[in-house]
Amino acid sequence: MPIHMITMPKWGLSMEHGQVNGWLKAIGDRVAKGDEILDVETDKIASGVECAFDGILRRQIAQEGDTLAVGTLLAVVADAEAGEAEIDAAVEAFQRDFVPASAEAGESGPQPEKVQIGGRTVRYLKLGEGGTPAVLIHGFGGDLNNWLFNHADLAAHRTVWALDLPGHGESGKAVESGSAQELADAVIAFMDERGIERAHLIGHSMGALVAMTVADQAPTRIASLSLISGAGLGKEINGAYINGFTEGSNRNALKPQLAKLFADPSLVTRQLVEDIVKYKRLEGVQEALRKIAASAFEGDAQRAGYRDRLAGLAPRVLVIWGAGDQIIPASHAQGLPGEVRVHVLEGKGHMVQMEAASEVNRLLNEFLEG
Amino acid sequence: MARKITFSQAINEALSQEMARDETVIVMGEDNAGGAGSPGEQDAWGGVLGVTKGLFHKYPGRVLDTPLSEGGYIGAAVGAAACGMRPVAELMFIDFMGVCFDQIFNQAAKFRYMFGGKAVTPVVIRAMQGAGLRAAAQHSQMLTSLFTHIPGLKVVCPSTPYDAKGLLIQAIRDNDPVIFCEHKLLYGREGDVPEESYAIPFGEANVVREGNDATIVTYGRMVHYATEAAEKLAKDGIDVEVIDLRTTSPLDEETILESAERTGRVVVVDEANPRCSMATDISALIAQRAFHSLKAPIEMVTAPHTPTPFAGVLEDMYIPSAQQIADAVLKVRG
Repeated sequence: MPIHMITMPKWGLSMEHGQVNGWLKAIGDRVAKGDEILDVETDKIASGVECAFDGILRRQIAQEGDTLAVGTLLAVVADAEAGEAEIDAAVEAFQRDFVPASAEAGESGPQPEKVQIGGRTVRYLKLGEGGTPAVLIHGFGGDLNNWLFNHADLAAHRTVWALDLPGHGESGKAVESGSAQELADAVIAFMDERGIERAHLIGHSMGALVAMTVADQAPTRIASLSLISGAGLGKEINGAYINGFTEGSNRNALKPQLAKLFADPSLVTRQLVEDIVKYKRLEGVQEALRKIAASAFEGDAQRAGYRDRLAGLAPRVLVIWGAGDQIIPASHAQGLPGEVRVHVLEGKGHMVQMEAASEVNRLLNEFLEG
Repeated sequence: MARKITFSQAINEALSQEMARDETVIVMGEDNAGGAGSPGEQDAWGGVLGVTKGLFHKYPGRVLDTPLSEGGYIGAAVGAAACGMRPVAELMFIDFMGVCFDQIFNQAAKFRYMFGGKAVTPVVIRAMQGAGLRAAAQHSQMLTSLFTHIPGLKVVCPSTPYDAKGLLIQAIRDNDPVIFCEHKLLYGREGDVPEESYAIPFGEANVVREGNDATIVTYGRMVHYATEAAEKLAKDGIDVEVIDLRTTSPLDEETILESAERTGRVVVVDEANPRCSMATDISALIAQRAFHSLKAPIEMVTAPHTPTPFAGVLEDMYIPSAQQIADAVLKVRG
């Protein structure tokens, strides 16, 4: 009868500690694989820690308010037959052998790299090996960290690349017209340069529009399309958000905008806002965002899309949306061609891949496998 | 993830990126380039603590060594600025600023005003300040408030490598004279700094830590002591907000007042001597504009009204400590 240790997860490369915000399950509760059993907050974001096993919550080792290193024992899940003494012995053995990873050791893990492509710096992060590779394309104003909760999970089965689009993250900030075409060309150039013949493209928001543009441009390079809260599938977009994000330059201006990205605005941590403020200050960012926004959107409308041609763009298409999306309405997921697999997740917002990470990871993994 | 560099490397990088971007940016100061006429890197000191090291060869003819004559070269920098250059003058220790007060207070600060906006003076004067280096009374003062007092000057005092780079870039691009105060004990401090260029606007305080139980307002090196105190207090369930002013002129009154009104309990921390300091200035601001929100008298933690002692044990007592700051928070909490 197995005794399972639930430990502090590592969400993204920079995470060293997490703070326990509260328990969602009590000792003695039956828990199923995928259930969230406690809330943890990092300097980037707050999220639920999921149980990877079926059983009964037998021990709550972590206390509410504790700040604990990645890998620290949080809870024990076992079935009813496991004896108390047995569990105590397992906990003791775990604690005896546990060595928290040092900051230096953390830095020796995979790090984002930079490459020059056509005179432009492109930052990317490669995780995993083998299989048909996948490429993650973030949305407007985002960067490869938007895949913090997804990248490693998807990379367990294949090589997964995440890149910063031109004008974003730590890639070069200069764009010409800022059109989806220009961004798609940059993705194709990146695939060429890194020797990625054919890949699953996974795009979030404007990244979905870019992914569809790549598929339209270079259909032989696409194994499948996964479109998350995607632009390019309908007419409406929250123009006030796009404008507020583009023009805002300080915490007070940006925080209310960022809150619109999540169904639960408390997920917008101080550090998340601070990171966006720092990005917005970088030379050339505002100019690039203005061009990209002007090219793709006009007020509350999207200029162009692939809705009618979606089924023909790639051999297989998956669409995921948060029902509470305040940026691009989830109604765009309705009425798509029958071949398109569609999942709308209740109670989640635009950043559904962060807000419902494990559900999105499961859907993506199933889709990519099948 | 940005890489980690030191405070002094961040200043060097800001200078280098602005010199590359704008050829009117020049650097001048004592030993900034190296010994007179020295061709080799070995001889190029890059200033007394090496902050400008490497720029001499990267930007030939644009890093000027000056004689040990602050009155002369600060005046030259002000004049060059009025004539279209963007000089960054390094005045070794802020304590020596006294010999060029006329050039700064009576000339640079007033050109824009007296010439009806027709003249701009985009000069930056960088200077080391602060105690703790066992450098005695003439090399250890915090004079931020002295410059803050003068209309026409902008005054910057960064606390982190990230802020140092972004604020110096902003200072160089600013069309007014900027006094850029660098705490000498921060030079070796490391932090995440983007490789790319960026500017941090003046007059925008940084809320280093959010909290609802009390507000600490501070700047410069004291930001780190205040944060240390706040972390200690957090363990006892006291949630302290820490505000880093970044610039004392212009001053982000809105952020200070918003926080003071919310917590009602304020500690102002200033490494400078107490009379006519940032501590008294901010206390007055809050007392005047947020009085009815206050739940306790404002506390000030400052150096005493005495020159910086040379004796190490006394200098350590002279500099406000994290413990004193924590005690002051407990006092305003009642």
